[in-house]
Amino acid sequence: MSAAPTPADAPTPADIDPDLARTVTTAAGGEPQTIVVEQLDKHYGDYHALRSIDLVIPDGSLTALLGPSGSGKSTLLRTIAGLETPDGGVVRIGGEDVTYVPPQRRGIGFVFQHYAAFKHMTVRDNVGFGPSIRNYPKDEINRRVDELLEIVGLAGYQERYPAQLSGGQRQRMALARALAVQPRVLLLDEPFGALDAKVRADLRRWLRELQATTGVTTVLVTHDQEEALDVADHIAVMNEGRIEQFGGPIEVYEQPVSEFVMSFLGDTAVVGGELVRPHDLQLTKEQVPGSIEVIVDRVVHLGFEVRVEAHDPEGRLIGAQLTRDEAGALAPEVGERLYVRAESGPRTSTSA
Amino acid sequence: MLWLSLIVLLPLAAVAVKAFEDGPSGFFDAIDAPAARAALLVTLSISAIVALINVVMGTLVAWVLVRDDFPGKSVVNALIDLPFALPTIVASIVLLSLYGPQSPVGVHLNATRPGVLVALLFVTLPFVVRSVQPVLIELDKDVEEAAASLGASNAVILRRIILPTLAPAILSGAGLAFTRAIGEFGSVVLIGGGIPRETEVASQYIQKQIEIDRFVNGAAVSLALLAIAFVVLFVLRYFGSRTAAREGRAR
Repeated sequence: MSAAPTPADAPTPADIDPDLARTVTTAAGGEPQTIVVEQLDKHYGDYHALRSIDLVIPDGSLTALLGPSGSGKSTLLRTIAGLETPDGGVVRIGGEDVTYVPPQRRGIGFVFQHYAAFKHMTVRDNVGFGPSIRNYPKDEINRRVDELLEIVGLAGYQERYPAQLSGGQRQRMALARALAVQPRVLLLDEPFGALDAKVRADLRRWLRELQATTGVTTVLVTHDQEEALDVADHIAVMNEGRIEQFGGPIEVYEQPVSEFVMSFLGDTAVVGGELVRPHDLQLTKEQVPGSIEVIVDRVVHLGFEVRVEAHDPEGRLIGAQLTRDEAGALAPEVGERLYVRAESGPRTSTSA
Repeated sequence: MLWLSLIVLLPLAAVAVKAFEDGPSGFFDAIDAPAARAALLVTLSISAIVALINVVMGTLVAWVLVRDDFPGKSVVNALIDLPFALPTIVASIVLLSLYGPQSPVGVHLNATRPGVLVALLFVTLPFVVRSVQPVLIELDKDVEEAAASLGASNAVILRRIILPTLAPAILSGAGLAFTRAIGEFGSVVLIGGGIPRETEVASQYIQKQIEIDRFVNGAAVSLALLAIAFVVLFVLRYFGSRTAAREGRAR
């Protein structure tokens, strides 16, 4: 990456001027912007990608479609965008049935994992592409491009080419380009998937801030549960073409409706036929009601947390996560007999 | 360096020396001779038309080969290289038997300019196809989808996204086709007929000059062809490397 005159990969949230953001991105009028999906079905040959999906994306929210690869999350997003046509069902944007409306006329902004930059155009022409094909006056296009580049922290990069930008910068350019057409909804397909961990964390924080200031209804696809919990105010957990659970981050983490949601949203351990979170396990020297006996195999110190690996009398492995203080008080030793039970938190029964 | 000098530079220098054997005026007189001028004009104009047709047809063929699926696609794909593999004189016989005096399809292009044109189109077909094809394969679908999501119609996507991306490859293919066409001999020698000031191309003129012992004339026309080919390739290279640097393809 070349030397940057302005913030590099992480503009601080304070850089975003809320008034500026609003003037550029708020669509005219107060029509409902909510995305509604009803009974959506999609096959690719024998593969059933979407199975009767029903989903209402709350107005002005940042919603994550979270699931493993092949769960249908990208297909759902692309169907909302009009880049895929469903076999059955309805997609509504702002109350309008857009199921068979081409992407050009849906009023969407779409951001791709690999940026989809127009490599032969400057940053200015990339961001101004949408307005320019609508034949906006040149002055207005330039003004809007400059404003948007300021918002995404790329002011001063107008005349560069995408090849001269870092990955994070290219993705912010892609966001500015999507916002330039004043979309009713912003759709992001694994937008940070191609970036390294540090940049990804910075951009997440920045996206959350940008979304809060612009208020544009945003749907983000991700396979990273940490990313979903971090940025989204609603999460749709998807598995095998279905939505397993829809709710706030705390809800899906603390009250998972299924074994799948429970295990996809965080680490789990099996204790007494139940799936529990390792940090909800309590270890004691004495037997207490509801606890089972384990033998300690290994004690791993990971900075602020201590992981105790043990096995129960049937030889099943159980990993418990303790704080440093808890571990200090308990002082577990390899080969020691301890008792474990889930003290609180979510649990789902398991077939395992 | 020495190898390059021996194999390329030395012969080129020899031709240049020969061309100027009678001084600069001798060189210009040789090129300015009516028959020489006519041959060069026929060669350059037909080659330019060939390059233009190749730009359109070659791009279309590449497009179909990359974007469409049809039975026998791999066979067609292999067939594109046939003009490369075929000895050019064979190409000429093939064309002569198809379009010659005993034409089975009733089209007689023997000893006409369209005959020369068809022959040159045949041998230069692969150039544009083969330079556009890899770029088209590399062109990500999501770039087109991004343009569509921003409101661009298919025509706008073609004009503002796809063609500009392909332009350097199209240009370089056209340049190669053009330079190949101006020097082509084998494929035009039979079907062209070599009628002076009508279908005689520069290479045939050169051969004729050598046969009648006017070596200087032949060398002068050769040098003219060489200079034109060099300039065309140089200009294309310049544009090509400029775009490549800009778009970071050189990495």
